[in-house]
Parts: sequence; structure tokens; C-alpha cells
Amino acid sequence: MPSAIPSRDSSLELQQQVQSSLDLHSPLRIEGGNTKAFYGRPAVQTSNVLDLQKHTGVLDYDPSELAITIRAGTRLKDLEVLLASHQQMLAFEPPSFGINSTIGGVVAAGISGPRRAFSGSIRDAILGVEMINGEGKIVHFGGQVMKNVAGYDMSRLMVRSMGTLGAILSVSLRLLPKPEKEITYVLERTQKEAFIGSQKWRRDHIPMSATTWYRGKLYVRLSGTEITLNAVESHFLNVEKAEVLADDVAFWLAIKNHQHIFFQRISKPLWRLSLPANTPVIARFEGDLLVEWGGAQRWISNNAPANIIRSVAKRFGGYATLFHGQKQLPEVPPFPILAPELFALHKSLKRKLDPQNIFNPGRLYLGL
Amino acid sequence: MNTQLESHNSLLFALREILEEKHLLTDKEDLKPYECDGLSAYQCLPLAVVLPETIEEVQKIVRVCESLRIPIVARGAGTGLSGGALPDEGGIILGLSRFNNILDIDDENMTMRVQPGVRNLAISEAAAPYGLYYAPDPSSQIACSIGGNVAENAGGVHCLKYGLTVHNVLEVKIVTVEGEMITLGSNTLDTPGYDLLALITGSEGMLGIIVEVLVKLLPRPPLTKVLMAAFDNIEDAGHAVGAIISAGVIPAGLEMMDRLAIQAAEAFAHAGYPLDAEAILLCELDGNKEQLNEQVSIVADTLRGANATTVVMASSKEEQAKLWAGRKAAFPAVGRISPDYYCMDGTIPRKNIASVLKRINELSEKYDLRVANVFHAGDGNLHPLILFDANRRGELKKAERFGADILELCVKMGGTITGEHGVGREKIDQMCVQFNLDELTQFHSVKHAFDPYELLNPGKAVPALHRCAELGAMHVHNGELPHPEIPRF
Ligand SMILES: Cc1cc2nc3c(=O)[nH]c(=O)nc-3n(C[C@H](O)[C@H](O)[C@H](O)COP(=O)(O)OP(=O)(O)OC[C@H]3O[C@@H](n4cnc5c(N)ncnc54)[C@H](O)[C@@H]3O)c2cc1C
Repeated sequence: MPSAIPSRDSSLELQQQVQSSLDLHSPLRIEGGNTKAFYGRPAVQTSNVLDLQKHTGVLDYDPSELAITIRAGTRLKDLEVLLASHQQMLAFEPPSFGINSTIGGVVAAGISGPRRAFSGSIRDAILGVEMINGEGKIVHFGGQVMKNVAGYDMSRLMVRSMGTLGAILSVSLRLLPKPEKEITYVLERTQKEAFIGSQKWRRDHIPMSATTWYRGKLYVRLSGTEITLNAVESHFLNVEKAEVLADDVAFWLAIKNHQHIFFQRISKPLWRLSLPANTPVIARFEGDLLVEWGGAQRWISNNAPANIIRSVAKRFGGYATLFHGQKQLPEVPPFPILAPELFALHKSLKRKLDPQNIFNPGRLYLGL
Repeated sequence: MNTQLESHNSLLFALREILEEKHLLTDKEDLKPYECDGLSAYQCLPLAVVLPETIEEVQKIVRVCESLRIPIVARGAGTGLSGGALPDEGGIILGLSRFNNILDIDDENMTMRVQPGVRNLAISEAAAPYGLYYAPDPSSQIACSIGGNVAENAGGVHCLKYGLTVHNVLEVKIVTVEGEMITLGSNTLDTPGYDLLALITGSEGMLGIIVEVLVKLLPRPPLTKVLMAAFDNIEDAGHAVGAIISAGVIPAGLEMMDRLAIQAAEAFAHAGYPLDAEAILLCELDGNKEQLNEQVSIVADTLRGANATTVVMASSKEEQAKLWAGRKAAFPAVGRISPDYYCMDGTIPRKNIASVLKRINELSEKYDLRVANVFHAGDGNLHPLILFDANRRGELKKAERFGADILELCVKMGGTITGEHGVGREKIDQMCVQFNLDELTQFHSVKHAFDPYELLNPGKAVPALHRCAELGAMHVHNGELPHPEIPRF
């Protein structure tokens, strides 16, 4: 499949670097486009950088398979352009925090965008992975087929591992056809009404693909064919008294990539709350707040102490991640604290898969 | 020998402290029902069967076994088709059939919390009053347990659109081999840390005992339609599958049957299938009225464009049920035309369906065994049913070799040896074909992180490295072993 994406296979060179790091017990910093350096714990201070940017290209793409295999250093942007030219897309709509964002980084960080609550996350879409493991070997797991239960699911394990379990060389991802049309309605709603609305539309099979609530306004994106969207138009305009958002493409891009005014104006630390969707309005966090995913993802910009924010999230069965603000709060672990038995299992897994502790040590949690 | 006897005695002594007598089975006739799962070619009696009712009991049992180094094989409903729940002769079966309660239905979040022994279909039945259902629907859904579904990452007819078990389970509680209870996943859309929920899904009882499951429910689709298309040759049917997907439609289900399967199913279920067709496709579409009408016309046009000889559409519930009846009865129907059959489960990229089916037919001639194909075409998940007669000398072995060839073919075509039935005991040798020693070593590392003494379901799912080394040395060409008389299992 010809494409404009340069094909450069650096796997052997990368493998050699991992091998010599193993030989020297020298920790590695795995780097793609370096656009998410702000996210998670700081990377290990070293000049031993495993640069994945030089490992790019499409290995296999047959649109009728709804799957693609690409090298990890391929830029997200280039991939999206390629898929769009075949009317396809990544279902999880990953954010991009810089033009050089690579697909390997997207997988390792595991952050999904606005469509996530409706068509699945990155871990739902991953089908296979090729990686350099803690023994310095290049290994493959999974493939391009959706149904595959041979062996443990190493591909999904790489998602959101922040590079601590190995260096991803290539990934296979499931794709979706791009919707023929999208339209966004804006409704005046309180946060609570917004939740009830999203809930009801979902049950009525309204083809929603994103929701955002911000300052009394609910933005609902619908995706589908012309006919299906026309069929619900009068409901939204006449019954829900909604308005059509004119620059909807720009709006969702801004939400996805954190360029929306809410994210731009922030001076306090930015927290991402992951909650059961029906969690009531949390009075304490009513200040500056942006709600996505029908209520399941809430962004707050707040100076409250970390332990308060975390315990409130926990009380509702959720988690708080310090997404941006490690500078202000260097002492706060950015990722939610795990139960001790669960953390022990993480450590045991890390020790088995990366016995020399060379892959991004400490990037996810201290001690991992 | 004596120390073994001693440890068995201490085991039984300790288990009696935990369980009532009727929930600790040790007599031969009580153990008999547990000697195999749905793949009865493999049988073995365990030392004992324990049937706990609470998580605390599971924890205590596991701790006892761990301290005595006694293997533990978890068992749900025993419908597995790869010998996953096959007992270990020196170990116990930990049956979860008494964990059969629905703990909570959360209508607002559209989730249900259940114990692992709850049957798959019982979940959808309990969700029905809320207009909800649980999407993964293995054909065994009236019998199989949700715990077994998680352990196998079970699929079903509708997973093309709605995903496998891994896409529909939010949280699982496991008891580790040390007896700790750990929660993996959560009731939110993201859980911090490694995705151990994905790791436990499909892990075949090798990493922990699943003691509670939180599943995602979906609103029932308002309308469904089923199309049936007949084809004069199997290649056309294979290509039609890719053409539908390329047209931008993701059907709820897309199933294929070949001539032998059609004939067996029709004789059994009278579904109205055309007996002169070489292959049929069944395509289920769902959604709102407008969505559905549009998709139906796209799919019907695509099927005709792909040389379908007839396209029949079922709108009413009754007509749809009739079309599905043949597909659902296909396995038992094939069972009626042959004394035995051996069900395979490879997956291949959709584009290779036609060529792989052709090759399977060639192999069928080579081995002189008939094969019927009934399968999840949309996912490329094949279920060739190899027909044989176990009473004829050597036929089971021949069927197994034929099966092994099919699986190796799947791997060669970019697929996998198992799409949904798991490796279990059955496909342990084919794992050596799909994965090299470095990859298998990595699987063992994962296993050891959870289960350092290999007490959970030993001898399943991931082969010991020396086993592959020996097999590798034995392999000549075409995956044919030089000494077929040597037992391989
Ligand atoms: C007629 C028929 C049709 C089938 N159709 C399908 C199909 O369409 N799709 C499909 O995917 N499968 C299908 N199967 C296979 C089987 O039903 C599934 O694999 C099912 O998920 C097994 O569930 P079970 O409760 O019977 O598990 P079991 O057979 O009891 O166990 C299966 C494996 O899971 C482990 N296990 C079970 N419970 C637990 C637990 N609580 N904790 C840890 N490990 C556990 C066991 O150790 C074993 O390795 C079919 C089987 C039959 C007989």
C-alpha cells in the first residue's frame, strides 16, 4: 500500500542499543515525538535515549481488513491523513499534544479522546504488538485479526504502560469507517441535565460520538450517514431546542488536543477525574470544570490538596490523575495510587518482564 | 511416594476444615463428571473437587493448596472446547458453580455485577427488564459461565460489531495463588496502572481465580434484519465478506456455512437454506429504522454484486429466528451425520478466507476425512468441523493431524491458532508453531509474576520450552510428524 509515510526500519539498531544498555545496566529513556514529556512522572535523567522517531512506516494496510500495522515512530498526524484518504479512522480519536506525536507514544500513554465513550478506547482497538523485551529480544504478539486468544494479551498490556515494559516497535490497530457526516448540537443544560440527556439519547440509540459540557452548555456530536442524522434533526432542533454548532470540526479538535479555552486559561494544576458516568455533581469541584464522555471524564483545574481530590474521586469509585501541573506539585505522584496488593503485582510483573529495570524506570510509578 | 500420600492426606484434612462434606468430592463416581470439559478426548480424574460458595472459602482453599504445592484447576460450567478445565491428576478442581448470584444491576451506569458461576444467558435475561443486554453471546450461552467466558475471552455471533468479552467486562476480582483478593479494572472508563484486566481476560485460569465480574450492558437494538445470500462457489462468498466491510457497513453478525454444513443444518432444522448452494452467508443488521433500511440496501446490493445467486431478507422475528435456527443448530446437526467431529477454531485475515477454505478442502481429500465449515466470517474466525469415527483405528489421530495442519495454515496466512476456544491442553503443541522460544519465554515470565510455582492450571495454554524444542526437532516438512504413533499429549 503506497503512502507518503517514509519507511525506515531501525529495529536492529534499536535492538543493539537495548542490548548494550542491558549489558551496561544502563537505564533507557524511550522517546517518540517527546510531546508527552509533561505527562506522568519525569523521565529518567540519561543521555541513553532510545529514539523511536527513526523507526517509521506502514507495514500492512488493507482497508477491507479494517486494520493497519505501523512502525511505532510513525507520526500520528501522518497516520491520520493516510486513514482519512481511505475514509477510515482510529476509533479512539487520540489527542495530539504536538505535531511530532508518534503512534508508539499514543499506545504507551494510552490516552483516548472524545469518541472514547462511544466507540472504545485505544486498548479496545489494539490487535497486536512487536516489541523489544527485557531480554533484548524482538518479539511479536497478536496480529491483525480481532479474535485471538493464543497466549496472554501482551498487546493490551503495553497500552498505558508508559514504556516501562519494553520498547514498542510496531502495532496493529483496528480501524473504523469514517462516518459520512457529523453534526454538533449545542444545548443549554446544567451539568445534571447534561448527564440525564446523554443517558437518554444513548438508550434511544441516537448516534452520539462525543459529548462535552462546559459552563452551562452541552455539546453533543452525532456521527452517521446523512439519512440517519436527518432522522433525528427535528428532535434536536424542536424538542431539545438545540442549536447547530457552526465550527464543529475546530471545536472537537480543540477539545481533543486541549486547545479549548478551558485548557488554555489554566493556571492551577489540571486534574483528570475518571468516574462512573452517573456520579453526581461534585460541589467541591464546581469551579472550573469540563465534562466529557457523558460524565465519565471530568477535567478540573483546582488548587485543592492532592489527597483531597483523590479521596473525593475515590469516594465515588473513581480516580484522579494529575494530568498537567507536575511543576507546581512535584511531590505529588501524577497517577492514582494503587492498592498495595495490586501494586505488588505490578512490581512483580515489571521485575519479570524487565529484570534489569532499564525501560523508562520510574516513569509510571516510583519503583516500577 | 509416601510424602505425596502424606501431602494428599494433609490436603484433604485441611479442605475438610473449610468445606462441608457435600462440597468436597473425593469418591470416584462423584469425580467422574469433572473428568473432562467439552472436549472429551482428554480425560483425567482429579484428587478432589471442591465447591466453595464464598470468596473467603476460595482464599482458604488456595492458601492450603499453595502451601502443599497442590495444582488448582478452576472450572466454570465445563463447556470449554480445548481441555482448559481438564483436571490435573495430582490436583484439585475448584468448581465455581455455586457462585451463581447476580449481585447488583446498575441501570444508570448500564452495568451488572455478578459472581463467576452465573450463566452467560442469565445475565441478559436479568438485564432484559431494563431494556439492556450483555453483548458477547457464545453459542454455548445457555450453559457456559461468565467466569469461564472471561478466562477464555469468549466471543459470539455478534462480536464483529459489539466486541469480545475483553471489550465488555469492566472489572474483575481475582484471588491470587497466594490467596489475596485483587481488583482489576474498575467502574470507570480508565483504570490506573497496567492493564491487568486485559491480561487476566483469556488467561485460561493460569493467573488467578476469577471470583467476581462487573460487565457492561448495552441497550437492546430497536430493530434487526437478517439477510441470507447463497453462492455457487465458496470463493465468491469469501470475497463478499470483505466487500460488505469495505462498503462501510459493520454488521451485527456475519456468518458463513459451506455445502456440507448447509445440508446437515437443513436436514436438522429446516431453516429454508438452498440445498444446491456451495455456501451461504447470514448477515444480521441492527439499528434505528432509517439506519437499518440504508444498511440493508447497501448490503443487499453488495451481495448481488459479489455474485450471490439469491438474497433473501427476513424482517419478522419468526423469519429471522428460522434463518438463525439452522446456524445455531449447525454443530449438533453435523453431529448427526458423523459419529464424531473435531471442532477447530483458527482465525485468519478476512481477505484470506477464500484461499484458506480451498486449501482445507484439499487437505480433506488428502486425509480422506470430510469437513464442514460453519463460522464467524466477519471476524475471519473459522470453525472447520472435521468428521471422523473414533471407533475406526487411527481416525482420531488422523483427525488431529488434519486439525494441526489447518491451524498451521492459519498461522501461515497471518492468523492465529485460536480465535475464541483457547489453547487449553488441546493446542499446546500448535503454540510452538505460532510463537518462538523468546515469545514463549515472555509468557512464562508473565505466568511467574502471578504464579511462581506454576500451581494454577499447570500444563495448559503455554507449552514448556523443552516441549517445543523436542517438537521442533521432530518437525520435518508440512508439520507432519515422522512418528505419528508416538502419543503427543
Ligand atoms: C456447543 C458449544 C458451543 C460453543 N460456542 C462458543 C462460541 O460461540 N464462542 C466461544 O467463545 N466459545 C464457545 N464455546 C466454548 C465454551 O463455551 C467457552 O469457552 C466458555 O467461555 C467456557 O465457559 P465455561 O464456564 O464452560 O468454562 P470451563 O470450560 O469450565 O473453563 C474454561 C477455562 O476457563 C477456566 N476458568 C473457568 N472459570 C474460571 C474462573 N472463575 N477463574 C479462573 N479460571 C476459570 C478453566 O480453568 C478453563 O481453563 C462453545 C462450547 C460448546 C460446547
